[in-house]
Amino acid sequence: MNFSDQDKKGWRLLGLPFIFSVLLLAVPLATMFALSFWTQDYLVLKKTFTLANYREAWFEPVFQTLFTRSLLISFTVTVFTIIFAFPVAYFISFYGGKRKALWLFLITIPFWTSYLLRMFLWKVILGYNGVLNSFLEWIGAITEPLTFLLYNSNAVVLALVHGWAPFAILPIFVSLEKIDRSLLEASNDLGDTAFKQFFRIILPLSMPGVVGAVLIIFIPTIGDYITPKLVGGPEGLMIANMIQVQFSKANNAPLAAALSVTSLLIVGSISILFVLLNKKHMRNY
Amino acid sequence: MKQSSKYFKVCIVIFLIFLYAPALLLPIFSFNDSQVIAFPLSGFSTVWFEKLLYEDTLHDALRNSLLVAVSSSILATALGTLVARASSRYKFFGQRASVTFILVPLILPEIILGVCLLTVLIQLGLNLNLWTVVLGHTLLITPFSTLIMVSAFNNLDISLEEASLDLGMSSVQTFRLIILPMVSPGLISSLLIGFVISLDEFIIAFFLTGVEPTLPVYIWAQFRFPAKLPSTMALGTILLIVSLILVSLFEYFRRRIELYNQYTMELDQK
Repeated sequence: MNFSDQDKKGWRLLGLPFIFSVLLLAVPLATMFALSFWTQDYLVLKKTFTLANYREAWFEPVFQTLFTRSLLISFTVTVFTIIFAFPVAYFISFYGGKRKALWLFLITIPFWTSYLLRMFLWKVILGYNGVLNSFLEWIGAITEPLTFLLYNSNAVVLALVHGWAPFAILPIFVSLEKIDRSLLEASNDLGDTAFKQFFRIILPLSMPGVVGAVLIIFIPTIGDYITPKLVGGPEGLMIANMIQVQFSKANNAPLAAALSVTSLLIVGSISILFVLLNKKHMRNY
Repeated sequence: MKQSSKYFKVCIVIFLIFLYAPALLLPIFSFNDSQVIAFPLSGFSTVWFEKLLYEDTLHDALRNSLLVAVSSSILATALGTLVARASSRYKFFGQRASVTFILVPLILPEIILGVCLLTVLIQLGLNLNLWTVVLGHTLLITPFSTLIMVSAFNNLDISLEEASLDLGMSSVQTFRLIILPMVSPGLISSLLIGFVISLDEFIIAFFLTGVEPTLPVYIWAQFRFPAKLPSTMALGTILLIVSLILVSLFEYFRRRIELYNQYTMELDQK
Protein backbone atom coordinates (compact mmCIF):
# COMPACT_ATOMS: atom_id res chain seq x y z
CA MET A 1 0.00 0.00 0.00
CA ASN A 2 1.27 3.42 -0.93
CA PHE A 3 0.81 6.35 1.34
CA SER A 4 0.44 9.70 -0.32
CA ASP A 5 1.95 12.93 0.92
CA GLN A 6 -1.49 13.91 2.25
CA ASP A 7 -1.74 10.66 4.22
CA LYS A 8 1.62 11.24 5.87
CA LYS A 9 0.98 14.89 6.70
CA GLY A 10 -2.50 14.15 7.99
CA TRP A 11 -1.43 11.31 10.23
CA ARG A 12 1.57 13.22 11.53
CA LEU A 13 -0.92 15.69 13.01
CA LEU A 14 -3.62 13.22 13.95
CA GLY A 15 -1.23 10.61 15.38
CA LEU A 16 -0.95 11.98 18.90
CA PRO A 17 -4.66 12.65 19.54
CA PHE A 18 -5.50 9.31 17.94
CA ILE A 19 -3.11 7.39 20.18
CA PHE A 20 -4.50 9.30 23.16
CA SER A 21 -8.03 8.21 22.25
CA VAL A 22 -6.96 4.62 21.69
CA LEU A 23 -5.25 4.48 25.08
CA LEU A 24 -8.00 6.23 27.02
CA LEU A 25 -11.07 5.10 25.12
CA ALA A 26 -10.53 1.96 23.05
CA VAL A 27 -8.33 0.17 25.60
CA PRO A 28 -10.64 0.96 28.54
CA LEU A 29 -13.72 -0.10 26.55
CA ALA A 30 -12.01 -3.35 25.59
CA THR A 31 -10.89 -3.93 29.17
CA MET A 32 -14.41 -3.39 30.44
CA PHE A 33 -15.69 -5.81 27.81
CA ALA A 34 -13.15 -8.45 28.90
CA LEU A 35 -13.89 -7.81 32.57
CA SER A 36 -17.57 -8.49 31.99
CA PHE A 37 -16.67 -12.14 31.25
CA TRP A 38 -14.59 -12.60 34.39
CA THR A 39 -15.55 -13.00 38.03
CA GLN A 40 -14.49 -11.33 41.21
CA ASP A 41 -14.12 -13.00 44.56
CA TYR A 42 -13.99 -10.17 47.06
CA LEU A 43 -10.90 -8.36 45.72
CA VAL A 44 -9.35 -11.12 43.59
CA LEU A 45 -10.18 -11.28 39.89
CA LYS A 46 -10.64 -14.71 38.33
CA LYS A 47 -9.84 -14.48 34.66
CA THR A 48 -11.72 -17.54 33.46
CA PHE A 49 -14.35 -16.98 30.81
CA THR A 50 -17.92 -17.06 32.05
CA LEU A 51 -21.31 -15.77 30.97
CA ALA A 52 -22.55 -15.72 34.56
CA ASN A 53 -22.44 -11.91 34.79
CA TYR A 54 -24.62 -11.54 31.73
CA ARG A 55 -26.99 -14.19 32.99
CA GLU A 56 -27.35 -12.17 36.17
CA ALA A 57 -27.59 -8.81 34.38
CA TRP A 58 -30.24 -9.99 31.95
CA PHE A 59 -32.40 -12.30 34.04
CA GLU A 60 -32.29 -11.06 37.63
CA PRO A 61 -35.59 -9.22 38.29
CA VAL A 62 -33.77 -6.36 40.07
CA PHE A 63 -31.75 -5.51 37.01
CA GLN A 64 -34.65 -6.08 34.63
CA THR A 65 -36.70 -3.58 36.63
CA LEU A 66 -33.85 -1.07 36.56
CA PHE A 67 -33.30 -1.43 32.82
CA THR A 68 -37.01 -1.09 32.09
CA ARG A 69 -37.35 1.89 34.37
CA SER A 70 -34.28 3.61 32.91
CA LEU A 71 -35.62 3.09 29.40
CA LEU A 72 -39.05 4.34 30.36
CA ILE A 73 -37.73 7.44 32.12
CA SER A 74 -35.37 8.23 29.23
CA PHE A 75 -38.15 7.70 26.72
CA THR A 76 -40.59 9.94 28.62
CA VAL A 77 -37.94 12.62 29.07
CA THR A 78 -37.15 12.55 25.35
CA VAL A 79 -40.79 12.85 24.30
CA PHE A 80 -41.55 15.70 26.71
CA THR A 81 -38.37 17.56 25.89
CA ILE A 82 -39.10 17.45 22.15
CA ILE A 83 -42.72 18.55 22.64
CA PHE A 84 -41.45 21.34 24.82
CA ALA A 85 -38.51 22.34 22.66
CA PHE A 86 -40.19 22.37 19.28
CA PRO A 87 -42.39 25.48 19.74
CA VAL A 88 -39.44 27.34 21.23
CA ALA A 89 -37.15 26.45 18.33
CA TYR A 90 -39.98 27.27 15.93
CA PHE A 91 -40.50 30.67 17.50
CA ILE A 92 -36.82 31.58 17.35
CA SER A 93 -36.46 30.44 13.78
CA PHE A 94 -39.65 31.99 12.37
CA TYR A 95 -40.25 34.99 14.61
CA GLY A 96 -36.80 35.61 16.07
CA GLY A 97 -36.04 38.36 13.57
CA LYS A 98 -32.68 39.95 14.20
CA ARG A 99 -32.49 38.69 17.74
CA LYS A 100 -32.14 34.98 16.98
CA ALA A 101 -28.62 34.83 18.38
CA LEU A 102 -29.72 36.53 21.59
CA TRP A 103 -32.63 34.11 22.09
CA LEU A 104 -30.33 31.13 21.53
CA PHE A 105 -27.81 32.57 23.95
CA LEU A 106 -30.52 33.03 26.60
CA ILE A 107 -31.55 29.42 26.19
CA THR A 108 -28.06 27.95 26.34
CA ILE A 109 -26.89 29.90 29.41
CA PRO A 110 -28.51 27.58 31.99
CA PHE A 111 -26.85 24.63 30.26
CA TRP A 112 -23.42 26.00 31.14
CA THR A 113 -24.23 26.37 34.82
CA SER A 114 -23.48 23.41 37.04
CA TYR A 115 -25.59 20.35 36.16
CA LEU A 116 -25.03 19.00 39.65
CA LEU A 117 -26.42 22.17 41.25
CA ARG A 118 -29.36 22.38 38.87
CA MET A 119 -30.41 18.84 39.72
CA PHE A 120 -29.84 19.47 43.40
CA LEU A 121 -32.09 22.54 43.18
CA TRP A 122 -34.96 20.30 42.12
CA LYS A 123 -34.51 18.38 45.34
CA VAL A 124 -34.64 21.66 47.25
CA ILE A 125 -37.73 22.75 45.32
CA LEU A 126 -39.72 19.51 45.54
CA GLY A 127 -38.79 18.39 49.05
CA TYR A 128 -41.24 17.83 51.93
CA ASN A 129 -40.10 21.03 53.62
CA GLY A 130 -38.96 22.40 50.30
CA VAL A 131 -39.43 25.61 48.40
CA LEU A 132 -42.62 24.65 46.58
CA ASN A 133 -44.41 23.16 49.60
CA SER A 134 -43.45 26.02 51.89
CA PHE A 135 -44.49 28.53 49.24
CA LEU A 136 -47.89 26.90 48.71
CA GLU A 137 -48.44 26.70 52.47
CA TRP A 138 -47.38 30.32 52.86
CA ILE A 139 -49.91 31.57 50.32
CA GLY A 140 -52.51 29.24 51.79
CA ALA A 141 -53.06 26.96 48.83
CA ILE A 142 -52.39 23.80 50.88
CA THR A 143 -52.40 22.96 54.56
CA GLU A 144 -50.31 19.79 54.50
CA PRO A 145 -47.07 19.46 52.48
CA LEU A 146 -47.50 17.49 49.27
CA THR A 147 -45.57 14.23 49.43
CA PHE A 148 -45.87 13.01 45.86
CA LEU A 149 -43.45 15.65 44.55
CA LEU A 150 -40.07 14.18 45.42
CA TYR A 151 -38.47 10.74 45.41
CA ASN A 152 -40.19 9.09 42.46
CA SER A 153 -39.75 8.65 38.73
CA ASN A 154 -41.81 11.74 37.93
CA ALA A 155 -39.39 13.95 39.81
CA VAL A 156 -36.54 12.41 37.80
CA VAL A 157 -38.41 13.07 34.56
CA LEU A 158 -39.15 16.67 35.49
CA ALA A 159 -35.55 17.43 36.48
CA LEU A 160 -34.15 15.75 33.36
CA VAL A 161 -36.53 17.55 30.99
CA HIS A 162 -35.44 20.79 32.59
CA GLY A 163 -31.78 19.88 32.34
CA TRP A 164 -31.78 18.70 28.74
CA ALA A 165 -34.23 21.04 27.00
CA PRO A 166 -31.55 23.35 25.55
CA PHE A 167 -29.98 20.36 23.81
CA ALA A 168 -33.20 19.65 21.96
CA ILE A 169 -33.78 23.24 20.92
CA LEU A 170 -30.48 23.73 19.11
CA PRO A 171 -30.63 20.88 16.55
CA ILE A 172 -34.34 21.50 15.86
CA PHE A 173 -33.60 25.19 15.38
CA VAL A 174 -30.80 24.42 12.91
CA SER A 175 -33.03 22.22 10.75
CA LEU A 176 -35.90 24.75 10.88
CA GLU A 177 -33.47 27.39 9.67
CA LYS A 178 -32.70 25.26 6.63
CA ILE A 179 -36.33 25.13 5.48
CA ASP A 180 -36.78 27.12 2.28
CA ARG A 181 -39.32 29.80 3.18
CA SER A 182 -40.65 29.90 -0.39
CA LEU A 183 -42.10 26.40 0.19
CA LEU A 184 -44.28 27.89 2.92
CA GLU A 185 -45.38 30.75 0.69
CA ALA A 186 -46.26 28.27 -2.03
CA SER A 187 -48.33 26.16 0.34
CA ASN A 188 -50.08 29.31 1.61
CA ASP A 189 -50.85 30.38 -1.93
CA LEU A 190 -52.19 26.93 -2.74
CA GLY A 191 -54.56 27.13 0.21
CA ASP A 192 -52.99 24.97 2.93
CA THR A 193 -54.16 25.77 6.43
CA ALA A 194 -51.50 26.49 9.04
CA PHE A 195 -52.24 23.08 10.52
CA LYS A 196 -51.74 21.24 7.25
CA GLN A 197 -48.68 23.28 6.47
CA PHE A 198 -47.10 22.24 9.73
CA PHE A 199 -47.64 18.52 9.20
CA ARG A 200 -46.90 18.46 5.48
CA ILE A 201 -43.92 20.78 5.26
CA ILE A 202 -42.43 22.02 8.50
CA LEU A 203 -42.44 18.82 10.52
CA PRO A 204 -41.10 16.49 7.79
CA LEU A 205 -38.37 18.95 6.84
CA SER A 206 -37.32 19.46 10.44
CA MET A 207 -37.09 15.71 11.13
CA PRO A 208 -33.27 15.62 10.88
CA GLY A 209 -33.15 18.05 13.79
CA VAL A 210 -35.74 16.11 15.75
CA VAL A 211 -33.85 12.85 15.19
CA GLY A 212 -30.63 14.55 16.32
CA ALA A 213 -32.35 15.94 19.40
CA VAL A 214 -33.82 12.53 20.28
CA LEU A 215 -30.38 10.90 20.16
CA ILE A 216 -28.69 13.74 22.05
CA ILE A 217 -31.20 13.40 24.89
CA PHE A 218 -31.98 9.70 24.92
CA ILE A 219 -28.39 8.40 25.00
CA PRO A 220 -26.99 10.37 27.94
CA THR A 221 -30.15 10.46 30.08
CA ILE A 222 -30.38 6.69 30.21
CA GLY A 223 -26.98 6.65 31.89
CA ASP A 224 -27.63 9.56 34.22
CA TYR A 225 -26.40 9.03 37.75
CA ILE A 226 -26.86 12.36 39.52
CA THR A 227 -30.56 13.01 38.95
CA PRO A 228 -32.04 9.67 40.09
CA LYS A 229 -29.69 9.64 43.07
CA LEU A 230 -30.78 13.12 44.15
CA VAL A 231 -34.51 13.22 43.38
CA GLY A 232 -35.42 9.62 42.50
CA GLY A 233 -35.57 8.00 45.91
CA PRO A 234 -35.56 4.19 46.01
CA GLU A 235 -38.42 4.04 43.47
CA GLY A 236 -36.67 6.27 40.97
CA LEU A 237 -33.16 4.80 40.85
CA MET A 238 -31.76 4.01 37.43
CA ILE A 239 -29.20 1.64 35.97
CA ALA A 240 -26.24 4.01 36.42
CA ASN A 241 -26.79 3.99 40.17
CA MET A 242 -26.69 0.19 40.19
CA ILE A 243 -23.50 0.16 38.10
CA GLN A 244 -21.86 2.47 40.61
CA VAL A 245 -23.01 0.37 43.58
CA GLN A 246 -21.77 -2.86 42.00
CA PHE A 247 -18.47 -1.24 41.19
CA SER A 248 -17.77 0.22 44.62
CA LYS A 249 -19.78 -1.03 47.59
CA ALA A 250 -20.72 -4.47 46.25
CA ASN A 251 -17.15 -5.08 45.03
CA ASN A 252 -18.46 -6.75 41.91
CA ALA A 253 -16.71 -4.95 39.08
CA PRO A 254 -17.37 -7.74 36.53
CA LEU A 255 -21.13 -7.45 37.08
CA ALA A 256 -20.87 -3.66 36.82
CA ALA A 257 -19.02 -4.16 33.53
CA ALA A 258 -21.68 -6.55 32.25
CA LEU A 259 -24.39 -4.05 33.20
CA SER A 260 -22.46 -1.28 31.41
CA VAL A 261 -22.00 -3.35 28.26
CA THR A 262 -25.68 -4.29 28.34
CA SER A 263 -26.71 -0.63 28.66
CA LEU A 264 -24.47 0.26 25.74
CA LEU A 265 -26.01 -2.54 23.67
CA ILE A 266 -29.55 -1.42 24.49
CA VAL A 267 -28.87 2.27 23.86
CA GLY A 268 -26.86 1.52 20.73
CA SER A 269 -29.42 -0.79 19.14
CA ILE A 270 -32.34 1.51 19.91
CA SER A 271 -30.46 4.49 18.49
CA ILE A 272 -29.48 2.64 15.32
CA LEU A 273 -33.04 1.35 14.86
CA PHE A 274 -34.39 4.84 15.36
CA VAL A 275 -32.03 6.36 12.79
CA LEU A 276 -32.88 3.62 10.29
CA LEU A 277 -36.60 4.19 10.77
CA ASN A 278 -36.11 7.86 10.02
CA LYS A 279 -33.78 7.32 7.11
CA LYS A 280 -36.14 8.79 4.56
CA HIS A 281 -36.05 12.12 6.41
CA MET A 282 -32.28 12.16 6.58
CA ARG A 283 -31.59 11.90 2.85
CA ASN A 284 -30.68 15.52 2.33
CA TYR A 285 -28.43 15.58 5.33
CA MET B 1 -49.75 35.67 11.46
CA LYS B 2 -49.44 38.42 14.08
CA GLN B 3 -51.72 36.54 16.46
CA SER B 4 -49.63 33.38 16.37
CA SER B 5 -46.45 35.37 16.89
CA LYS B 6 -47.87 36.64 20.17
CA TYR B 7 -48.88 33.13 21.18
CA PHE B 8 -45.36 31.88 20.57
CA LYS B 9 -43.87 34.77 22.48
CA VAL B 10 -45.94 33.78 25.52
CA CYS B 11 -44.76 30.17 25.02
CA ILE B 12 -41.11 31.10 24.98
CA VAL B 13 -41.40 33.41 27.97
CA ILE B 14 -43.01 30.62 30.01
CA PHE B 15 -40.26 28.32 28.83
CA LEU B 16 -37.54 30.76 29.85
CA ILE B 17 -39.11 31.18 33.30
CA PHE B 18 -39.15 27.39 33.72
CA LEU B 19 -35.55 27.28 32.52
CA TYR B 20 -34.30 29.99 34.86
CA ALA B 21 -36.53 29.64 37.94
CA PRO B 22 -34.46 26.97 39.72
CA ALA B 23 -31.24 28.88 39.16
CA LEU B 24 -32.82 32.06 40.56
CA LEU B 25 -33.39 30.26 43.87
CA LEU B 26 -29.63 30.17 44.41
CA PRO B 27 -29.15 33.93 44.98
CA ILE B 28 -32.52 34.23 46.78
CA PHE B 29 -31.73 31.63 49.43
CA SER B 30 -28.03 32.27 49.74
CA PHE B 31 -28.82 35.78 51.01
CA ASN B 32 -31.65 34.53 53.22
CA ASP B 33 -31.07 34.67 56.96
CA SER B 34 -32.31 31.17 57.74
CA GLN B 35 -30.97 27.65 58.14
CA VAL B 36 -33.86 26.12 56.19
CA ILE B 37 -34.44 26.58 52.47
CA ALA B 38 -38.14 27.49 52.53
CA PHE B 39 -40.60 30.33 52.22
CA PRO B 40 -41.33 32.82 53.72
CA LEU B 41 -37.93 34.51 53.54
CA SER B 42 -36.72 35.70 56.89
CA GLY B 43 -34.26 38.50 56.15
CA PHE B 44 -31.13 39.56 54.33
CA SER B 45 -27.81 38.15 55.41
CA THR B 46 -24.35 37.51 54.00
CA VAL B 47 -23.45 35.03 56.73
CA TRP B 48 -23.49 32.04 54.35
CA PHE B 49 -20.92 33.66 52.11
CA GLU B 50 -18.77 34.51 55.12
CA LYS B 51 -18.86 30.88 56.21
CA LEU B 52 -17.35 29.86 52.89
CA LEU B 53 -14.26 31.91 53.75
CA TYR B 54 -13.42 29.56 56.61
CA GLU B 55 -14.04 26.21 54.92
CA ASP B 56 -10.54 24.83 54.38
CA THR B 57 -11.78 21.70 52.61
CA LEU B 58 -13.64 23.92 50.16
CA HIS B 59 -10.49 25.90 49.41
CA ASP B 60 -8.56 22.70 48.78
CA ALA B 61 -11.31 21.41 46.52
CA LEU B 62 -11.31 24.69 44.62
CA ARG B 63 -7.54 24.53 44.16
CA ASN B 64 -7.82 20.92 42.93
CA SER B 65 -10.58 21.84 40.52
CA LEU B 66 -8.68 24.80 39.11
CA LEU B 67 -5.60 22.64 38.58
CA VAL B 68 -7.67 19.96 36.83
CA ALA B 69 -9.68 22.44 34.76
CA VAL B 70 -6.67 24.43 33.58
CA SER B 71 -4.58 21.33 32.75
CA SER B 72 -7.32 19.41 31.00
CA SER B 73 -8.61 22.37 28.98
CA ILE B 74 -5.07 23.11 27.74
CA LEU B 75 -4.38 19.45 26.91
CA ALA B 76 -7.75 19.01 25.19
CA THR B 77 -7.35 22.21 23.19
CA ALA B 78 -3.91 21.07 22.01
CA LEU B 79 -5.28 17.67 20.96
CA GLY B 80 -8.41 19.19 19.43
CA THR B 81 -6.32 21.66 17.43
CA LEU B 82 -4.23 18.82 16.00
CA VAL B 83 -7.34 16.87 14.99
CA ALA B 84 -9.03 19.93 13.48
CA ARG B 85 -5.93 21.01 11.60
CA ALA B 86 -5.38 17.51 10.21
CA SER B 87 -8.97 17.05 9.11
CA SER B 88 -9.49 20.51 7.63
CA ARG B 89 -6.14 20.77 5.82
CA TYR B 90 -5.49 17.28 4.52
CA LYS B 91 -7.45 14.43 2.98
CA PHE B 92 -5.96 11.23 4.24
CA PHE B 93 -6.53 7.52 4.68
CA GLY B 94 -8.85 6.63 7.57
CA GLN B 95 -9.71 10.26 8.22
CA ARG B 96 -13.44 9.92 8.76
CA ALA B 97 -13.21 6.83 10.93
CA SER B 98 -10.43 8.13 13.17
CA VAL B 99 -11.95 11.57 13.67
CA THR B 100 -15.35 10.02 14.43
CA PHE B 101 -13.65 7.74 16.94
CA ILE B 102 -12.10 10.73 18.70
CA LEU B 103 -15.57 12.31 18.93
CA VAL B 104 -17.14 9.22 20.56
CA PRO B 105 -16.96 10.55 24.17
CA LEU B 106 -19.58 13.11 23.12
CA ILE B 107 -22.24 10.41 22.97
CA LEU B 108 -21.02 7.90 25.56
CA PRO B 109 -22.82 8.18 28.89
CA GLU B 110 -20.32 9.56 31.39
CA ILE B 111 -20.89 6.72 33.82
CA ILE B 112 -19.54 4.31 31.19
CA LEU B 113 -16.45 6.47 30.64
CA GLY B 114 -15.92 6.58 34.40
CA VAL B 115 -16.30 2.83 34.88
CA CYS B 116 -14.05 2.03 31.88
CA LEU B 117 -11.23 4.31 32.94
CA LEU B 118 -11.38 3.17 36.54
CA THR B 119 -11.27 -0.48 35.45
CA VAL B 120 -8.06 0.10 33.50
CA LEU B 121 -6.42 2.15 36.23
CA ILE B 122 -7.18 -0.54 38.81
CA GLN B 123 -5.91 -3.26 36.47
CA LEU B 124 -2.69 -1.33 35.95
CA GLY B 125 -2.41 -0.85 39.70
CA LEU B 126 -2.09 2.92 39.32
CA ASN B 127 -2.93 5.26 42.15
CA LEU B 128 -5.88 7.57 41.75
CA ASN B 129 -5.02 11.23 42.03
CA LEU B 130 -5.77 14.54 40.36
CA TRP B 131 -3.82 13.58 37.24
CA THR B 132 -6.08 10.63 36.58
CA VAL B 133 -8.99 13.10 36.70
CA VAL B 134 -7.08 15.35 34.27
CA LEU B 135 -6.74 12.43 31.84
CA GLY B 136 -10.44 11.61 32.09
CA HIS B 137 -11.47 15.23 31.59
CA THR B 138 -9.09 15.67 28.66
CA LEU B 139 -10.74 12.68 27.00
CA LEU B 140 -14.17 14.20 27.62
CA ILE B 141 -13.30 17.75 26.47
CA THR B 142 -11.24 16.88 23.36
CA PRO B 143 -14.36 16.33 21.17
CA PHE B 144 -15.71 19.77 22.12
CA SER B 145 -12.33 21.36 21.39
CA THR B 146 -12.16 19.51 18.09
CA LEU B 147 -15.57 20.77 16.96
CA ILE B 148 -14.76 24.36 17.94
CA MET B 149 -11.36 24.24 16.25
CA VAL B 150 -12.79 22.67 13.09
CA SER B 151 -15.07 25.68 12.71
CA ALA B 152 -12.12 28.00 13.39
CA PHE B 153 -9.93 26.26 10.77
CA ASN B 154 -12.74 25.82 8.27
CA ASN B 155 -12.50 29.08 6.43
CA LEU B 156 -8.81 29.58 6.88
CA ASP B 157 -7.56 30.64 3.47
CA ILE B 158 -4.89 28.22 2.26
CA SER B 159 -3.43 30.87 -0.05
CA LEU B 160 -2.26 32.91 2.95
CA GLU B 161 -0.33 29.90 4.17
CA GLU B 162 1.10 29.24 0.74
CA ALA B 163 2.09 32.88 0.37
CA SER B 164 3.93 32.75 3.65
CA LEU B 165 5.80 29.58 2.62
CA ASP B 166 6.61 31.09 -0.79
CA LEU B 167 8.02 34.17 0.86
CA GLY B 168 10.51 32.00 2.68
CA MET B 169 9.02 31.35 6.09
CA SER B 170 9.48 27.90 7.57
CA SER B 171 6.37 25.85 8.24
CA VAL B 172 6.86 26.36 11.99
CA GLN B 173 7.06 30.14 11.49
CA THR B 174 3.99 30.05 9.26
CA PHE B 175 2.07 28.17 11.90
CA ARG B 176 3.14 30.49 14.68
CA LEU B 177 2.82 33.80 12.83
CA ILE B 178 -0.01 33.22 10.36
CA ILE B 179 -2.22 30.30 11.33
CA LEU B 180 -2.19 30.53 15.11
CA PRO B 181 -3.22 34.22 15.31
CA MET B 182 -6.04 33.59 12.86
CA VAL B 183 -7.51 30.73 14.88
CA SER B 184 -6.91 32.37 18.26
CA PRO B 185 -10.61 33.15 18.88
CA GLY B 186 -11.21 29.40 18.43
CA LEU B 187 -8.38 28.55 20.83
CA ILE B 188 -9.74 30.90 23.47
CA SER B 189 -13.30 29.63 23.20
CA SER B 190 -12.07 26.05 23.32
CA LEU B 191 -10.07 26.80 26.48
CA LEU B 192 -13.06 28.53 28.08
CA ILE B 193 -15.52 25.76 27.27
CA GLY B 194 -13.04 23.10 28.38
CA PHE B 195 -12.53 24.96 31.63
CA VAL B 196 -16.27 25.25 32.28
CA ILE B 197 -16.94 21.59 31.44
CA SER B 198 -14.14 20.35 33.66
CA LEU B 199 -15.06 22.66 36.53
CA ASP B 200 -18.61 21.30 36.39
CA GLU B 201 -17.96 17.63 35.67
CA PHE B 202 -18.91 15.28 38.46
CA ILE B 203 -19.17 11.60 37.45
CA ILE B 204 -15.69 11.07 36.00
CA ALA B 205 -14.12 13.08 38.82
CA PHE B 206 -16.17 11.07 41.34
CA PHE B 207 -14.80 7.80 39.92
CA LEU B 208 -11.22 8.85 39.25
CA THR B 209 -10.36 11.08 42.16
CA GLY B 210 -8.39 9.68 45.05
CA VAL B 211 -8.30 11.49 48.36
CA GLU B 212 -8.32 14.96 46.78
CA PRO B 213 -11.89 15.94 45.81
CA THR B 214 -12.65 18.39 43.03
CA LEU B 215 -15.25 21.10 43.59
CA PRO B 216 -18.29 19.10 42.33
CA VAL B 217 -17.21 16.07 44.39
CA TYR B 218 -16.93 18.36 47.42
CA ILE B 219 -20.37 19.83 46.72
CA TRP B 220 -21.82 16.34 46.36
CA ALA B 221 -20.50 15.47 49.81
CA GLN B 222 -22.09 18.64 51.26
CA PHE B 223 -25.56 17.57 50.10
CA ARG B 224 -25.69 15.06 52.95
CA PHE B 225 -25.56 17.76 55.64
CA PRO B 226 -28.80 19.79 55.91
CA ALA B 227 -26.99 22.35 58.07
CA LYS B 228 -24.63 23.10 55.20
CA LEU B 229 -27.38 23.72 52.65
CA PRO B 230 -27.39 27.54 52.78
CA SER B 231 -23.60 27.70 52.39
CA THR B 232 -23.87 25.31 49.46
CA MET B 233 -26.45 27.64 47.92
CA ALA B 234 -24.05 30.55 48.43
CA LEU B 235 -21.27 28.57 46.75
CA GLY B 236 -23.68 27.80 43.92
CA THR B 237 -24.41 31.51 43.51
CA ILE B 238 -20.71 32.23 43.13
CA LEU B 239 -20.29 29.39 40.63
CA LEU B 240 -23.31 30.63 38.69
CA ILE B 241 -21.78 34.10 38.33
CA VAL B 242 -18.37 32.70 37.36
CA SER B 243 -19.80 30.46 34.66
CA LEU B 244 -22.00 33.29 33.36
CA ILE B 245 -18.90 35.43 32.89
CA LEU B 246 -16.96 32.60 31.24
CA VAL B 247 -19.81 31.69 28.91
CA SER B 248 -20.35 35.31 27.89
CA LEU B 249 -16.66 35.51 27.04
CA PHE B 250 -17.01 32.28 25.08
CA GLU B 251 -19.97 33.70 23.18
CA TYR B 252 -17.97 36.83 22.36
CA PHE B 253 -15.11 34.83 20.85
CA ARG B 254 -17.46 32.47 19.03
CA ARG B 255 -19.05 35.50 17.36
CA ARG B 256 -15.59 36.65 16.31
CA ILE B 257 -15.04 33.30 14.55
CA GLU B 258 -18.41 33.56 12.85
CA LEU B 259 -17.86 37.17 11.76
CA TYR B 260 -14.45 36.24 10.41
CA ASN B 261 -15.91 33.27 8.53
CA GLN B 262 -18.64 35.46 7.05
CA TYR B 263 -16.05 38.05 6.08
CA THR B 264 -13.83 35.54 4.27
CA MET B 265 -16.89 34.06 2.56
CA GLU B 266 -17.86 37.49 1.26
CA LEU B 267 -14.28 38.02 0.04
CA ASP B 268 -14.44 34.69 -1.79
CA GLN B 269 -17.65 35.68 -3.48
CA LYS B 270 -16.06 38.89 -4.77
